Amino acid sequence: MYLDSASSPRVSAQVQALAQALRAALPTELVDLIPSYASLLVLFDPFQTDHFHVRRLVREQLATATRVEASEGRLVELPAYYHPDAGEDLLRLANERQLEWEELVSLHTDQEYRVYAIGFAPGFAYLGDVDPRIAAPRLATPRQRVPRGAVAIADRQTAIYPAPSPGGWNLIGRSPQRMFDPDSDPPMPVQVGDRVRFVAMDRDSFFAAGGSL
Amino acid sequence: MRQVLVEQPGLLSLIHDQGRPGQAALGLTTGGPMDPRAAQLANQLVGNENNASLIEVSFGGLELAAEADCQVAVTGATLPLSIDGAEKPLWTTLDLSAGQRLSLGYSETGCRSYVALGGGLAVNAEFGSTSTVVREGIGGLNGDRLQPGDCLPLNAATRQERYWLPPPLRPQYHHQVTVRVIPGYQQQLFPRVERRRFFASDYQVSDRCDRMGYRLEGPAIRCSRDGILSEGIAPGAIQVPADGQPIVLLNDRQTIGGYPKLGTALSLDCAVLGQLRPGDAVTFVPISEHAAHNALHLAHVYHANQRLERAPA
Repeated sequence: MYLDSASSPRVSAQVQALAQALRAALPTELVDLIPSYASLLVLFDPFQTDHFHVRRLVREQLATATRVEASEGRLVELPAYYHPDAGEDLLRLANERQLEWEELVSLHTDQEYRVYAIGFAPGFAYLGDVDPRIAAPRLATPRQRVPRGAVAIADRQTAIYPAPSPGGWNLIGRSPQRMFDPDSDPPMPVQVGDRVRFVAMDRDSFFAAGGSL
Repeated sequence: MRQVLVEQPGLLSLIHDQGRPGQAALGLTTGGPMDPRAAQLANQLVGNENNASLIEVSFGGLELAAEADCQVAVTGATLPLSIDGAEKPLWTTLDLSAGQRLSLGYSETGCRSYVALGGGLAVNAEFGSTSTVVREGIGGLNGDRLQPGDCLPLNAATRQERYWLPPPLRPQYHHQVTVRVIPGYQQQLFPRVERRRFFASDYQVSDRCDRMGYRLEGPAIRCSRDGILSEGIAPGAIQVPADGQPIVLLNDRQTIGGYPKLGTALSLDCAVLGQLRPGDAVTFVPISEHAAHNALHLAHVYHANQRLERAPA
């Protein structure tokens, strides 16, 4: 289901509303729902229902869901240590934008983000939208290894890497926050639809919170 | 303790149950056996429930040593099977005594084999499933593939009659398959001539084929757009990256992505595709969603009527 061609907090709220309605309407028939920026993938069990039924339900629920305006959403604060030592691309990005790196950091922390989607890897939350002044295309050559906790920007999205992985996003800092921990409940600090704000922390608090460089 | 010891894991052996659907909100993939029907039959042959944990072996090469009497069945890819060097049949319940060694050779046709042990593997579920996804470090033993020396504990089970799937009913594996595709909404992003090319061409399974997806090699398919706003990826989705070489996304696919998609391969055919090896040939044919639904239900009825029989002595 596509709710729009572009993402916005309002569309994101509608995706959430539609997901909730379908979960209630198809309690056993649903296999999974994958919400994203402006779409909802509905996976159903074809031995319990069929596409005619699901399509009709989606149509019905869509009318209600598209009346939803941007929801408040829970506000989650994510701590981050911003420094050229902690973000390999921070200085380059600041230079390209003719900003001091501290100004770039302020632009990152001043913005309130929304969790538009979770995917790519367990716990990888796509947050948007980054201030256009610090939006940056992905690296031409992705890094072989981006460390866990890296705070990164790609286009107008930002994220914290939940685990070490290859990656092409621009790194501007490091968070001690675990974005995915199978042993904790819930395993993620955020869910799709939440509001997120980054809170700058100093080096000492970063290490005290379990961070490492 | 009832357990078996992994002497040799072969190229890639993974513990699986039926998979981990319903966890996409965390970004977790589905996993589960690439050939669910073969896995189901392996479990049935040793009297297990369909969701019991078993071993998926890719390309063969697994060797297990039994530390207790148990029953075992191997289904899937055609490969030589033996117990203490004596040749044994696939698709059949076998008795494995304490001290005996089960050896899978390397597969000739097909790629995935399923080794089910009576009682099923006693492994803790993570996020509702024991399926191993190495990339995520989740499921199986510590989220990893089987290693030499791993001990696999078994749930309690009583010895049962020996069964087999009669030879005429056994799936045949091939080096060339046709995959049915339900064209998707985004096919509009592909010019008509490109869609024609896709359905008229022969593709080869590339070396880059794994549980995440099968990358194919053949005539490049051009799309009018490089990317789309990232969205959920259905099992079987056929995405086309900038190089034009299609990728059929399978069990361990990432949950969301931003490449344009031509459509979705029928689940039955994803299982067939997952049995192919690098170099094998694939062609695609479009079907309607109605035809897909019918095909699925016909297969269901066929499988329900497929009875195991007492194995000959």
